[in-house]
Amino acid sequence: MSPDGGGNFALKQLRGDLQLVGAMIDGGSRVLDIGCGEGELLAYLAQWKGVDGRGMELSQSGVNACVRRGLSVIQGDADHDLRDYPSDSFDYVVLSQTLQATYRPRVVLEDMVRIGRHAIVSFPNFAHWRMRLGLLTGGRMPITPFLGANWYDTPNIHFCTVLDFVALCDEMGATIERSLTLDSEGRPFRLNPRAGLANLLAEQALFLLRR
Amino acid sequence: MAVQARPLLIVRPGRESKENIDRLKACRPKVRSSERNALSISSPQTEVAPSARPHRTLVVTEPLALDSGASLGSYTIAYETYGRLNAERSNAILICHALTGDQYAGPGKHPVTGKNGWWVTLIGPGKVLDTDRYFLIATNVVGGCMGSTGPMDLDPATGKPWGLSFPVITIADMVRAQVKLVDHFGIDQLFCVIGGSMGGMQVLQWAASYPERVFAAVPIASAARHSAQNIAFHEVGRQAIMADPDWNHGDYYASGKGPERGLSVARMAAHITYLSEPALHRKFGRNLQDRREVTYGFEADFQVESYLRHQGNSFVDRFDANSYLYITRACDYFDLAAEHGGQLANAFRGTPARFCVISFTSDWLYPTPESRAVVHALNAVTANVSFVEVATDKGHDAFLLEEPEFFATLRGFLDGCARHRGLAAS
Repeated sequence: MSPDGGGNFALKQLRGDLQLVGAMIDGGSRVLDIGCGEGELLAYLAQWKGVDGRGMELSQSGVNACVRRGLSVIQGDADHDLRDYPSDSFDYVVLSQTLQATYRPRVVLEDMVRIGRHAIVSFPNFAHWRMRLGLLTGGRMPITPFLGANWYDTPNIHFCTVLDFVALCDEMGATIERSLTLDSEGRPFRLNPRAGLANLLAEQALFLLRR
Repeated sequence: MAVQARPLLIVRPGRESKENIDRLKACRPKVRSSERNALSISSPQTEVAPSARPHRTLVVTEPLALDSGASLGSYTIAYETYGRLNAERSNAILICHALTGDQYAGPGKHPVTGKNGWWVTLIGPGKVLDTDRYFLIATNVVGGCMGSTGPMDLDPATGKPWGLSFPVITIADMVRAQVKLVDHFGIDQLFCVIGGSMGGMQVLQWAASYPERVFAAVPIASAARHSAQNIAFHEVGRQAIMADPDWNHGDYYASGKGPERGLSVARMAAHITYLSEPALHRKFGRNLQDRREVTYGFEADFQVESYLRHQGNSFVDRFDANSYLYITRACDYFDLAAEHGGQLANAFRGTPARFCVISFTSDWLYPTPESRAVVHALNAVTANVSFVEVATDKGHDAFLLEEPEFFATLRGFLDGCARHRGLAAS
């Protein structure tokens, strides 16, 4: 059955972090996916979890791909287009691998926990050992398989570490409901995100927040 | 299967225009029969030769209360249909035309111009507006001049053409009249209402006024209100018409000569706003028309001048100047937020409809921020909305042209809606 859009997207076909995001979302809920790309997560959630999904995507090609597959997606960006949404209008607001590319990450996060009962955020951890090692040994901005762009052409303008993110959540008064840290292979491991070891070993982090 | 429309309204034979009041009127069919087509829904291919046949019309004998406070005692709506209404009456798409468009949207010769309809690239078997799958109703607006009641019709009270005594029409009035046409076909909920430019305004008005009757809404290259710039351009057009002595305060039908120069200038000015600077430049540049050098005079030296003059001249053959005044006025008065306490979002509160808002990057007449304002309002009420800005340099007119991204988006959206609606694929 395909209540909202096409594509036979089994969970395992999703990008690693999206699989984990998908697993956090309850069936039948209302989801806003910010930076939804070509709608992989939304299509999966609609097909397999009966989710009423909406998306927002910056690139025209991404939006068009989504609308072509029957998803409800608007062209917009997290910095400018979240303020119109009323509070509590979604069960989950998802921002995957995009926070570091926003102009005002804090405002975006505040909007997310306002609009959604839950916010799900994934981001690359700039304190991963590979980053630290690259900067320490090479003295140049690190380039890794996961973050492969040069400093001058990366869309990522607001990098943070796991500890930075946790500190911001505390400052905003947002509650961390769950956290997952992912190693270089994309495998989740459980360590206290407030501990230094997680900050060293996690290449990515995934947080479930609420106001 | 084709189904018989419910006789919800009294349909009477169309009026006959007794005299040939002016040249433009002469272009119109003499017999306006609503009998032949109004009660049966048939494919246009089965009909008589298009150039010989009258407009298909529905005559509504109950009054139309207008926003101005006036009312029309009875009125005629001209329309065309393409495809077949299914047994559930769930596959109907209402097509709303732009300022100078009409009901001849699809394939088949236009009775005046002899050309295919204005959306022939979208309409047909297997096309985006798939006539094998959907039943398309293309309606002419009240106030128009292609078979619907408008200022060049006879005022029943005087027996003379309305002219400027025709009441001012609004977008909401146009939609109110269209509701009767939809009722006539026994359709409770339209699968989709779609239109570009002024057609998009009608789409938004439909969604705001009759949310339960619209399953999906597609406003294209449009806006929820007319901007100062939009009003300004319309005023230039109206003043050009009014400055033509042949306009005669709107009373020109008996004279045999209408304000053709004024209407032509209005069209020329408007036509520029439908294009973009890059598109104009690509098409014409500074190229000269049938000459090697400029003539140091005021002939149409440049191709772009010649093109505009042609646009203006051909327009007067198919459009009534007073209709142009009334329909531009309807656009100017359009302000959906103002109708809803100043908050556009209130216009859509609780709407169950699925929206697909489409704009074009080079459209400076209804620029993307206008569409975005609609999207923001829809987001504010958590409506189901998709929004795409299509990259093109073809300006406002892009909605009439074959733009692959536009078509692919629209097809995807309609397919998605059709799945939700339970419409089988064709």
